[in-house]
Amino acid sequence: MIAALAPLLMAADKPELVPDVSARNVEIRYSFTGAQLLLFGAVVYPGGRIPDHPVDIAVVLRGPVQPILVREKQKIAGIWMNADSNRFRSAPSYYAVASSRPILDLIDDRTAAIYELGLHNLQLSPGGGALPEKERRFESGLLDLRRRQNLYSESPHGVEISDGVLYRAVITIPSQVPVGTYTAETFLIDHGKVVAAATRDIQINKSGFERYVALAARRHEGLYGLAAVAMSLFLGWAAAAAFRRRF
Amino acid sequence: MDIYLPIAGQSVNALLIVVLGFGVGVLSGMFGVGGGFLTTPLLIFYGIPPTVAVASATTQITGASVSGAMVHMRRGGVDAKMAGIMIVGGLFGSLVGAAMFRLLQTTGQVDVVIGLLYVLILTWIGGLMLKDSLLTLGYLSVPARRGPARRHNRWVASLPLRWRFYSSGLYISPVAPLALGFVAGVLTVFLGIGGGFILVPAMIYLLGMPARVVIGTSLIMILAVSAGTTMIHSLTTRAVDIVLAGLLLVGGVVGAQYGAILTTKLKPDYLRLALAIIILLVALRMFLGLFWRPDEIFSIEYL
Repeated sequence: MIAALAPLLMAADKPELVPDVSARNVEIRYSFTGAQLLLFGAVVYPGGRIPDHPVDIAVVLRGPVQPILVREKQKIAGIWMNADSNRFRSAPSYYAVASSRPILDLIDDRTAAIYELGLHNLQLSPGGGALPEKERRFESGLLDLRRRQNLYSESPHGVEISDGVLYRAVITIPSQVPVGTYTAETFLIDHGKVVAAATRDIQINKSGFERYVALAARRHEGLYGLAAVAMSLFLGWAAAAAFRRRF
Repeated sequence: MDIYLPIAGQSVNALLIVVLGFGVGVLSGMFGVGGGFLTTPLLIFYGIPPTVAVASATTQITGASVSGAMVHMRRGGVDAKMAGIMIVGGLFGSLVGAAMFRLLQTTGQVDVVIGLLYVLILTWIGGLMLKDSLLTLGYLSVPARRGPARRHNRWVASLPLRWRFYSSGLYISPVAPLALGFVAGVLTVFLGIGGGFILVPAMIYLLGMPARVVIGTSLIMILAVSAGTTMIHSLTTRAVDIVLAGLLLVGGVVGAQYGAILTTKLKPDYLRLALAIIILLVALRMFLGLFWRPDEIFSIEYL
């Protein structure tokens, strides 16, 4: 009897995460210059008993995965031009990880790779059967480029834990993020093991005029082009007319 | 004041773009060029994706050439027949240019080709203009120049099938303006320039058109071809950012008016010297850009 109940008791013995985000929908309007998202929540311990040693939290916000081609410039005959390229089938368009302590102090490499914690553990799925050395070169090139564009980030002390129960992390997204469904994952880490995980979805979309323009450019290309030409003709004419009256 | 560009997918400082449009507009009003040769590189330096920069600069050129074209039409400074032939060549050229652009995009060599073309064309045109303005200003003297001036270029005169162009007072083959229009059309798609600073000297030196109709005819041609190219870009690359183009235009059309007023107050020879120096500086910057180690060795292309 007790043996049959053991799994249930074990499950109840584990802490749980109750995560939330400050905004489930991020709308890109004309004044969008990026956004700050607050990822917060609470750890619910079995029986409300807070452990005597500190636990750690890591949060990850990732954007939709895109297949991309990374090109590398080399100096050929004195001129810098694209010479080599490598394909990545599943590069996240956005990736930010924040943790209460540096990831490497929390878990070992294998666990980090399983949960894709940390920039160097992203599963980018390079394609084309290139040499490992070349793959590594392109991977670090990609990570470096996107890190400087603020599309990829790591903040090793970005999660604040109060009283071992409440946690919070602020993640900044830049204005050039692509639209789509983002996932916010939270991991509770204790003694080098991920003991609980939870996920929330965040929608990032263009709204209002910006959404309308982006849709028009994609679906009604002809009308969109005509509108652009008409606008330029009208503005040119209007300025000429306004100035002729003055002089 | 930051504003989000829906097609470029990033936010820019709206005021800065308007000021950029204004500055280029002043130059275009002063010199009768579209100013695309300045807008496109500056937008790329600012961080706008090159395709979006090229496509949106094209839209601005249309607006910048409207008022000039209107003025010249009213004064009768347009050879409509010549303009028509060049527009046909130009539209055909922009279609071919779009196909070539696609091809280069897949091989990843677009930036280098754009850079090289800019350097070659700007150096050539800037050099010609610099020499010309130094000659007319008297800083340089060429003694052997006073020979029998040939009205027509030898190659142009040898082309078959001659037509009469009454407004220009020319009897030449339509193949020459057709080819000229074609080249300008290819360049419009590739570089986001109207090609005015190529058309004007070519019409004077190659076709032998009288100065009276050159500016007006080239402006009509640029107007039509840049409008056509905007359409081609919206249909193929879908990279025309109407918000970016609008911001550039607001500054550009006003700047063009001030530029036109300035022209009447300055000596045209000094204007030409100034334009030549600006063009050569842009060419030098682009030339060095080809050889300097670029800021980004890696670039990302979405599949």
